[in-house]
Amino acid sequence: MTATQDMIVPSFDDEAETGRKLAIICSKGNLDMAYPGLILGNAALGEGVALDLFFTFWGFDMITKGRMEHLKFSPVGNTATHIPAALAPFPGMTSMATHMMQKSMDALEIPAVPEFLELIKASGAHIWACRLSADMNHLTKDDLWDGVDDIINASDFIEMTDGAQLLFI
Amino acid sequence: MPTTTINGRDVAVDEEGFMTEYDQWDEDMGKALATAIGVDMTDDHWKVIRFLREDFKAQGETPTIRRVSTAGGVDTKQLFVLFPKKPAKKMAYIAGLPKPHGCV
Repeated sequence: MTATQDMIVPSFDDEAETGRKLAIICSKGNLDMAYPGLILGNAALGEGVALDLFFTFWGFDMITKGRMEHLKFSPVGNTATHIPAALAPFPGMTSMATHMMQKSMDALEIPAVPEFLELIKASGAHIWACRLSADMNHLTKDDLWDGVDDIINASDFIEMTDGAQLLFI
Repeated sequence: MPTTTINGRDVAVDEEGFMTEYDQWDEDMGKALATAIGVDMTDDHWKVIRFLREDFKAQGETPTIRRVSTAGGVDTKQLFVLFPKKPAKKMAYIAGLPKPHGCV
């Protein structure tokens, strides 16, 4: 009798080449909207799912060197913060809300956006920047985070994500 | 809870086969678990597994990939090489621990 004969062994789907792919379009530059794509993308990588992230429009801030460390969370127009609508636009509210959000993320050991991108990149994600967004903002690859694979156009992205599940955030 | 035989010993596992009793595990058992999922244990693998065991004992939960890299000092890329495709679950399985609950 071999040692493993009667073992219940979990299936890690190693044999099955599922080829599952996830593509996430990150279009928002608010701190709160930066996280969903990163968290889901990271979970996908941990499950052996290939990941392409495409940063476009306001989402460009997430991968722009000068901005990625300073994303903000604003209660303005966001009823889910439960801050009275009349108070939300007051000076200092955005920085206070940002600070509080960062604190709760820290407490949960969720990394800040730049570190999160490093983690995802090291786990095998491909990071793409949108050509049109780069042109609109007069940015080149030098202005972008080093982990960005390339600046590509929308058609390139559609082509390379053939067969992928797609998520727009 | 089902039991299963690993290395000739009966141990408690969950329905997927992850061990549920911390003290029923030893390194011989870890080696048998690794073999069962096609992982060939090297010193680098053991460094990770030993960190998982110690961290679980101290924190009461299985560390995530990020924690293994920040607190355990093994970088993420390396974890994907050592435990391909699903590192978090494979590490936990070999270490005789539950799957990590944390999202990140």
